[in-house]
Amino acid sequence: MKALVCVKRVIDYNVRIRVKSDKSGVETDNVKMSMNPFDEIAVEEAVRMKEKSQIQEIVILSIGTDKSQETIRSGLAMGGDRGILVKTDKEQLEPLTVGKIIKAVSDKEKPDLVILGKQAIDDDCNQTGQIVATLLEIPQATFASELKKNDDNTLDVTREVDGGLETVKVNIPCVVTTDLRLNEPRYASLPNIMKAKQKKIDVLEIGSFGIDIKDRLQILEVNEPPERKPGIKVDDVEALVNKLKNEAKVL
Amino acid sequence: MKVLVIIEHDNETVKQSSFSTITAAKEISDSVEAIVLGQGLDSVIDELKKSDHLKKIYKIDNELFKNPLAENLSNAIQKFAEGSDYTHILSPSSTFGKNMSPKLSALMDVQQISDITKIISDDTFERPIYAGNAVAKVKSTDQIKIITVRSTCFEPCALNSSVDVESLTVNLDKNNSVSFVSYDKSKSDRPELTSAKIVISGGRGMQNGENFRLLEGIADKLGAAMGASRAAVDAGFVPNDWQVGQTGKIVAPDLYIAVGISGAIQHIAGIKDSKFIACINKDEEAPIFNFSDYGLVGDLFELLPKLEEKL
Repeated sequence: MKALVCVKRVIDYNVRIRVKSDKSGVETDNVKMSMNPFDEIAVEEAVRMKEKSQIQEIVILSIGTDKSQETIRSGLAMGGDRGILVKTDKEQLEPLTVGKIIKAVSDKEKPDLVILGKQAIDDDCNQTGQIVATLLEIPQATFASELKKNDDNTLDVTREVDGGLETVKVNIPCVVTTDLRLNEPRYASLPNIMKAKQKKIDVLEIGSFGIDIKDRLQILEVNEPPERKPGIKVDDVEALVNKLKNEAKVL
Repeated sequence: MKVLVIIEHDNETVKQSSFSTITAAKEISDSVEAIVLGQGLDSVIDELKKSDHLKKIYKIDNELFKNPLAENLSNAIQKFAEGSDYTHILSPSSTFGKNMSPKLSALMDVQQISDITKIISDDTFERPIYAGNAVAKVKSTDQIKIITVRSTCFEPCALNSSVDVESLTVNLDKNNSVSFVSYDKSKSDRPELTSAKIVISGGRGMQNGENFRLLEGIADKLGAAMGASRAAVDAGFVPNDWQVGQTGKIVAPDLYIAVGISGAIQHIAGIKDSKFIACINKDEEAPIFNFSDYGLVGDLFELLPKLEEKL
């Protein structure tokens, strides 16, 4: 089996987000960037499946600027075999565009499993996996918290849904999007980081795909979230209950 | 303009998020219709037809939709929408909507607008990005807008009407590449974290899982859902699905009570839309106090039993 793992370079999840003063977006200059944490879980899952001999080859795909090569390298250091960068100068692409490119790459690579994070922690769209499955006309299992490969070329996937866990059986090839509980990604060891430098990354120009990358959704402005009004400290439990009952009226 | 709302339900009752989505639809246009797909929909329809703002309800009752498989739902809805003149298609931004709606958007070649929190005009919306640490105002240039709605930002519609219902049939082949196996409902008598009116959460200050019992008594009295910070989950005090925050559940209850939680950015991102936040923490410098309407400084092991008694 061959896995295509899609990874996105995003602002590191520990960084405090600052909105640019001209409201055009958020500050990314001199800000630490990392692999989208949900995509990291996807890489980890593919590597674990390879360790169980369920997967033979792991291809790490990223779509972004040249700097996304670093993100692909971290995936290769975790255990990916080779990388593909679809290169663009555009800082942000929309999920529909990204989905179309992943579809085009999949048509060529013919993976049995396309696995990626359920959402990127920058635009929080939660769309790409679903779009890819739809365009490839293969089944999807989103928000996965457990994967089980069956002998009959199917996967049992436990999904984190509101109010509980749902299990679906999907035929391979399929798309899986990963949720937090699926696994805890490993740290790449120094020897593996060194080894990853030797692994091959193919760089393809986005223009060669013949896909319209123009935004359908214009970002008019980006603002700070409304701040909460400063609160007060109360002296004791009686005062707290009193405030909640009579002032906030929530009890 | 004409808006279609896709109704989330469990073949027995309508999810509250659907009623909130109807309210959002009404803000876009007076012409709002709904579609329900499922199996054995009588009680769902009885409830839904009372919804204010709806001009019409379409129902497709078919065993294909017994379980909400996104493949079947998106194909059927696309077929239905193709032959009509909807300008907007709205779903709740629940795991149901998040799973299904992007498929619909891919089928219709539309760039979906995810998780809107505010409607500015029929093509301009606000949505949180970076886990709510920034808010983007976006304008869609697609002819049809496909949208998921953060239901905690819109009040559920009132239920004083009696809406016409039309039954439809669908010509759809069974999708053999995916099948439903099981659904395990969380074993809890408490409300769901994301829809509860009151949520009480514990953090690392609870010291261990056993001590969460101190919160249980209060949750019982208040009919509250229970949650936890990532620190408490990582320390193994409580299961992962209790986690509230950027990487867990985003909640917006009327009252959020944070106990022994310092208030890391990623936790605040998950609670800041709560109407009121109260906190109990022994460290008066803890950041959580800056986000709380009411803060109580002190030892939670002393204060929690007193709080339970006073409620």
